[in-house]
Amino acid sequence: MDVVLLARVQFAVTVAFHFIFPSITIGLALLIAIAETIRHRRGAELWDRTAVFWTRVFALAFVVGVATGIVMEFQFGTNWSRYSTFVGDIFGAPLAAEGVLAFFLESGFLGILLFGRGRVGSRLRVFAAWMVAAGSTLSAFWIIVANSWMQTPAGFEVVGGRAVLTDFWAAVFNPSTLPRYLHTVASAWVMGAFLMTGIAAWYLLRRRHLGVARTSLRLGLTVAFVGAALMFVTGDNSARQVANTQPAKFAALQGLYTTTSGAPLTIFALPPTQDPAAAPEGPEIVVSRMLSFMTYGSFTAPVTGLDQFPQDQWAPIAPTFLAYHNMVLLGTAMLLLMLFGAWYLWRGNIEQHRGWLRLAVLAIPLPMLAIQLGWATAEVGRQPWIVYGLMKTAQATSGVVSATDLLISIGLLVAVYALLAACWLYLTLREIAHGPAPAPAGVTEEESPATSPAPGTTLHRAGLGGR
Amino acid sequence: MDLATIWFLLIGVLLVGYAVLDGFDLGAGILHLFVARDDRERRTVMAAIGPVWDGNEVWLLTGGGALFAAFPAVYATVFSGFYLALMLLLVALILRAVSLEFRSHVEWPAWRLAWDVAFAVGSFLPALLFGVALGNVLEGLPLTDGEYRGGLIGLLNPFALLVGLLAVAMVVQHGGAWLALKTEGQVEERARRAAAFGWLAFGLLWLVATAAAPSAAPHLADSLGRPLAWLAAAAFVLAMAAVRWALARRRDVLAFAASGGSIAAVWAIVGAALYPNLVPASGDGQALTVAGASSSQLSLTVMLVVALVGMPLVIAYTAFIYSRFRGKVRLEDGAY
Repeated sequence: MDVVLLARVQFAVTVAFHFIFPSITIGLALLIAIAETIRHRRGAELWDRTAVFWTRVFALAFVVGVATGIVMEFQFGTNWSRYSTFVGDIFGAPLAAEGVLAFFLESGFLGILLFGRGRVGSRLRVFAAWMVAAGSTLSAFWIIVANSWMQTPAGFEVVGGRAVLTDFWAAVFNPSTLPRYLHTVASAWVMGAFLMTGIAAWYLLRRRHLGVARTSLRLGLTVAFVGAALMFVTGDNSARQVANTQPAKFAALQGLYTTTSGAPLTIFALPPTQDPAAAPEGPEIVVSRMLSFMTYGSFTAPVTGLDQFPQDQWAPIAPTFLAYHNMVLLGTAMLLLMLFGAWYLWRGNIEQHRGWLRLAVLAIPLPMLAIQLGWATAEVGRQPWIVYGLMKTAQATSGVVSATDLLISIGLLVAVYALLAACWLYLTLREIAHGPAPAPAGVTEEESPATSPAPGTTLHRAGLGGR
Repeated sequence: MDLATIWFLLIGVLLVGYAVLDGFDLGAGILHLFVARDDRERRTVMAAIGPVWDGNEVWLLTGGGALFAAFPAVYATVFSGFYLALMLLLVALILRAVSLEFRSHVEWPAWRLAWDVAFAVGSFLPALLFGVALGNVLEGLPLTDGEYRGGLIGLLNPFALLVGLLAVAMVVQHGGAWLALKTEGQVEERARRAAAFGWLAFGLLWLVATAAAPSAAPHLADSLGRPLAWLAAAAFVLAMAAVRWALARRRDVLAFAASGGSIAAVWAIVGAALYPNLVPASGDGQALTVAGASSSQLSLTVMLVVALVGMPLVIAYTAFIYSRFRGKVRLEDGAY
């Protein structure tokens, strides 16, 4: 079997699986830090239970993120040694910086957040929560720096077959770093917030843990709404940056074969084929001239099509097009859902909208799906390049790693990741089924009298092992 | 001193940080099946490393990133050359990390036992494989065009396995000393005995490895004669004497600190033996040298600034976090 294909499969599997967890924890870390701050300011035990509950959910996702992240740190060397040699002068620094400036912060203070109760004061707990949030958000920055340099390399020259750094800040803030970073962080906030909102909605539907459910819904929904709006703004910005700096990729994700003045925006179409002559005829929804307007602010501006590039430099068009369009579709659906949610919340009648609450539960996986599709757009759309315009993916693998080696490692990793996924899902669902700690004796806000279940049916949570 | 040499030393510092810090929780992982017999004892052992193991492992990630950044050719050659061994190591580290978190969520005994075993094996394999990798680097690799093609079987030679066992003994001593420091009662007593056993094995294996080095790695003969190597060896002997003395007198802080010193001394010997090479070549291969494999001056300078700004901060708050958790573990504080 083809070594390049296998190495790509392994990278795709490991990175896609890994990124499920950071996108949950970056979002949840912010929400937990906010909850901890409110707890500290108001001394409210309800916010205390809210923060503690979500920290338990966080810890499960965090550990899987840490465990699968180790693979990423070493995989460039193991599977992509020619790439590593070519870009090491530039690409290694962000990974090292991520360790020094982000990972230590995140993991060190998480120890305080998870184990510090009874050992540290309230103020330090709040500080630790913000440091965990800062650390996880900063680590995303350095990873996006590294990945963006692969998309839009800058601040270097090629000397003796290696990319050598000439301008550090130009490499760090290459054209796509900030747009992609903001979009990534916004989408992670949306992921964490959808999780919180959806679980809170589920509790409300079941009339369980009402106190924590209501605080979680307010917090989650607010961040989900703001985050979804930011995701749109940053996504739009990111798309324009792609049009300007990676026109071949932009043409592929829009499915635009020929350079067009006043190009239409495709909302729906059959996926375009690699061969323009075989392009499918079928139903489509387009807004005429809109792509030109959205990209360049003019209804007549020309948008570069694939015809401007040799065919061997085209990305796989159908997957790129499908990933991109479905991501936008999901983003729109998520924004609409949270728009209604925010309206109901503002009106104070969200708990009567049981249909909306059900949708919020079902919508929990949507941000994850959109995030995966977004990364597929970015990474598949960059092909055939590993470093856009500089190095082809086919030239980047390790010379000494055989197809057999790769098959063994893929088998091993897939088996372990399947086990991890199953255990994580089981334990997280268990944690959620379990719910937050019950209200202390004398505090009645947890259960509203009219719908309170028989005593003892839902409040039994003591006695489980673990923390 | 030139920048590449500074980075050789800094990566050494990161590796020492990893071995000294993650070393004790790897050791605790290997030992917990033996020193902790019932569930409460096992949770105590896990709680003894709970707040800090993840931060300790970041030293490895940062070391990996720094090696990539400062010596990309070494990162690329060694990691792709040791492919299957490294994949096994990564899987072990994955299982070990999740076993800590997953274990105590479910009360079912078989579930807990399974993760206890995963935790122990996942702690044993990394120590062994890191040692095997280091043993091979010390022996020199048959590098052709800067690449190693020996495969997994080529890595499993007697000297490398010896260094692998030495690494296991090292973390057993270190983890035992940590657990003696952090736990009470039966576990504490067993941990101290385990540390003493680790000490014996570590010391003996070190003597054997030192005796075997001239024939296994003849190219190191000159550099092993350096004053620095002798100084490091003297420091090692001194630290080991202190470990034994302190363990016998139940001076656990001193035992742990001296154990950390013995680990640092071993790395100092390794560093003195390797320099100016990073990966010596066996046969007619071309070694990967500190000067030849390094990144550009600009890249090394930028990273030096990051390290000089970042690492003092890291060390300061890491020390603060450790100080918050000083003393014996109490399960009531929230534990696995």
